Amino acid sequence: MRVTRINKKEPALKAEAKVDLKLLEPLIKKYKSKKGNLIPLLQGTQSLYGYIPAEAMMILSKEAGLKVSDMYGVATFYAQFRLTPVGKNIVKMCHGTACHVQNAKAVTEDIQNFLEVKDGETTPDNLFTLETVACLGCCSLAPVMMIGDETYGKLNGKKAVEVIKEIKRKETLSQKKSLTENISKN
Amino acid sequence: MAQTKVIVGLGSCGIAAGAGKVYEELQRIKEADNLDFELKKTSCIGMCFKEPLVEIIDETGSYMYGEVDAKKADEIVEKHIVNFTPVNEYIVKSDVVETKFNNYFDGQVKIALRNCGYIDPENIDEYESRGGYQAIKKIAGEKIGVQDVIKSILDSGLRGRGGGGFPTGLKWKFANNNRSKEKYLICNADEGDPGAFMDRSVLEGDPHSVLEGMIIGAYAIGASDGVIYCRAEYPLAIKRLNIAIKQAREKGYLGKDILDIEGFDFDLYIKEGAGAFVCGEETALIASVEGERGMPRKRPPFPAVSGLWRKPTNINNVETYANIPWIITNGAKEYAKYGTEKSKGTKVFALTGKIKNGGLVEVPMGITIKDIIYKLGGGIINDKKFKAVQLGGPSGGCIPEYLSHTIVDYDSVNATGAIMGSGGMVVMDETTCMVDIARFFLEFTCKESCGKCTFCRVGTKRMLEILTRITEGEGRDGDIEKLEELAYQIKDGSLCGLGQTAPNPVLTTIKYFRDEYEAHIRDKKCPALNCKKLLTYEIIEDKCTGCMVCKRGCPTKAISGEKKMPHFIDQSICIKCGDCYSKCKFDSIKVY
Ligand SMILES: Cc1cc2nc3c(=O)[nH]c(=O)nc-3n(C[C@H](O)[C@H](O)[C@H](O)COP(=O)(O)O)c2cc1C
Ligand code: SF4
Ligand code: SF4
Ligand code: FES
Ligand code: FES
Repeated sequence: MRVTRINKKEPALKAEAKVDLKLLEPLIKKYKSKKGNLIPLLQGTQSLYGYIPAEAMMILSKEAGLKVSDMYGVATFYAQFRLTPVGKNIVKMCHGTACHVQNAKAVTEDIQNFLEVKDGETTPDNLFTLETVACLGCCSLAPVMMIGDETYGKLNGKKAVEVIKEIKRKETLSQKKSLTENISKN
Repeated sequence: MAQTKVIVGLGSCGIAAGAGKVYEELQRIKEADNLDFELKKTSCIGMCFKEPLVEIIDETGSYMYGEVDAKKADEIVEKHIVNFTPVNEYIVKSDVVETKFNNYFDGQVKIALRNCGYIDPENIDEYESRGGYQAIKKIAGEKIGVQDVIKSILDSGLRGRGGGGFPTGLKWKFANNNRSKEKYLICNADEGDPGAFMDRSVLEGDPHSVLEGMIIGAYAIGASDGVIYCRAEYPLAIKRLNIAIKQAREKGYLGKDILDIEGFDFDLYIKEGAGAFVCGEETALIASVEGERGMPRKRPPFPAVSGLWRKPTNINNVETYANIPWIITNGAKEYAKYGTEKSKGTKVFALTGKIKNGGLVEVPMGITIKDIIYKLGGGIINDKKFKAVQLGGPSGGCIPEYLSHTIVDYDSVNATGAIMGSGGMVVMDETTCMVDIARFFLEFTCKESCGKCTFCRVGTKRMLEILTRITEGEGRDGDIEKLEELAYQIKDGSLCGLGQTAPNPVLTTIKYFRDEYEAHIRDKKCPALNCKKLLTYEIIEDKCTGCMVCKRGCPTKAISGEKKMPHFIDQSICIKCGDCYSKCKFDSIKVY
């Protein structure tokens, strides 16, 4: 009995805990009455949550008077927007011309094999999302990838996987640490 | 005695290469050892292949150090600054010491890039100290009329640097002719060509030159509002533009009655793109600024008549604007001295791919492609054979080695089937497969088509399918003809430049490398050894030592053989992953 009750309630709880819709208020205030505000509003929403939650679109529609269908149309048109949550680290692997000529594809394949995800997918532990992008503007360092604000250049498959492994190691370490801290606190 | 200056190149790619850490280290030792030098920042210097770059200017001259890391930085400071002995082995450019890269700069004429690498882009005083905002001051001081400004730009022969090559003066004239009270001026900083970074470097390295160009443009056409449409992938450019705009406002270069020119009000803001290549097209860009999906609109009416919010609008590219102040200050004649009859001035190129000195160069129009690649670029990496160069990105085409005497001017490049484009120059060597390159570009345009026109939306997809099939060994007789047929249909049936030019990479590669297509289709072979599915891995019996390394690594167990005996690959099981080839220490595996 108890188990089913928890299961039933969990999704609702989770959604509430995940997206705090209050965060949208200053954004809406800033852009509400501006011409051509749809894209900045979506961009702002995404930078708050890492993606555009459906709930946020509803609020934007109510508060800023935009049509959900317009928002959805724009969000699916531009590569920048995501409608699903992403992993903690976004691995942006460049597939621009300069990187392609320097064999970026092979690097991506090695990353895919290591993380066991395809382009656009997130690892089950929610640590990494893999994205291929067109040109990060550092073509003379091709092939290039970007994780967070860090750019890594002159890559090969091995080097790229090493970088990701290192991040993973640190993440697991800090997770363990916070876990033990929690335990000792309790 | 002037104080020694130490300048670190902090453009995006410098930071990616580790220049930020070098800067911190320099700051640390300066403070720790209480050293007397001025530590400064600049942006792209152009020698991107030697990043991170640190320049030291002392009373004897300038010394540019390349590939500096924190450790080398310590050494350089210790030897050069403390003991006055430059570390010659790390110097890549200098007006005192000879280096092997002197050619890289000798062939260049810097107009659009006149300040890049020389100034701190976040400091308006440095821009002003190198003649910045003198052009708009000249217009205000000498009361140069609107028509004279437009005439100057017309006479200079400047053509749009965003790819189209339309005469800028003429564009301004059209926008000026319109009597509307409300007009807009837009700077196209969407730079969508993957593999090109000219505009990024200008924005990061000298944002005020673009602002001044826009202010002059606004004066000429009578606009009071401006927009810089910048791709979101360029956070540093956006940051520096914002700083520049704030400084320009404080100094009265933006705002009301600019420099006391009566009634001349102009201000601008930055609009971040959201990642769509088609938004570089001017009407799609306008739709995007208006908050819609970035879909091109029918022209006419051209933006000069009905653009942003249906008002007359002038759109120019970043590099176009960066040239303007120089032309006003130095005169149209001076600018027109460079170049060919119909293509005046200079052009910035981003040299990338299989080239030794990959970086940013600004050359006078009329220089040959060969000179850019060999004299400036230093030739091909590992001295491999130069095969082709791609100009104009996904809208452009490949120019083969035997046409490398082609000069850089709009008409000569067009005659090859490629286009000048915005300045991406990707160099390819014998290991680049031309069918794969065509497939790569089609994959890009197919993904980026806005979907409005059937031929562009579906046609590029069909072409991509055929090209993919060919690179996977499933090519059929007649595929080349089918590609050509589709190409012309897409060109004719598309509304905007994206669709109209999307087939160019395919058409030029078929034109110049038809034999490569045929080898893929008929012989199921990739001459460049690039298309995996068409390769054969074979063990050379005489060379194999029987070390068993390849056998252990093979994922499909296609390799058999006893210890110390020659091994053998079963072709029917081999999936051509190349694992054995990369692991064999004795070069005993051949691939063909
Ligand atoms: C698909 C497509 C993409 C384009 N991308 C860009 C771009 O990234 N940057 C740019 O300046 N112009 C781009 N253009 C050209 C613009 O439409 C326009 O011609 C240009 O901004 C005008 O400025 P200019 O006359 O100074 O070159 C693109 C055109 C097309 C058809
Ligand atoms: S040609 Fe292609 S990108 Fe251009 S409007 Fe048509 S469908 Fe859109
Ligand atoms: S790795 Fe090379 S030398 Fe060793 S068994 Fe394989 S082919 Fe022979
Ligand atoms: S093509 Fe990869 S950074 Fe430009
Ligand atoms: S020198 Fe760094 S971007 Fe060119």
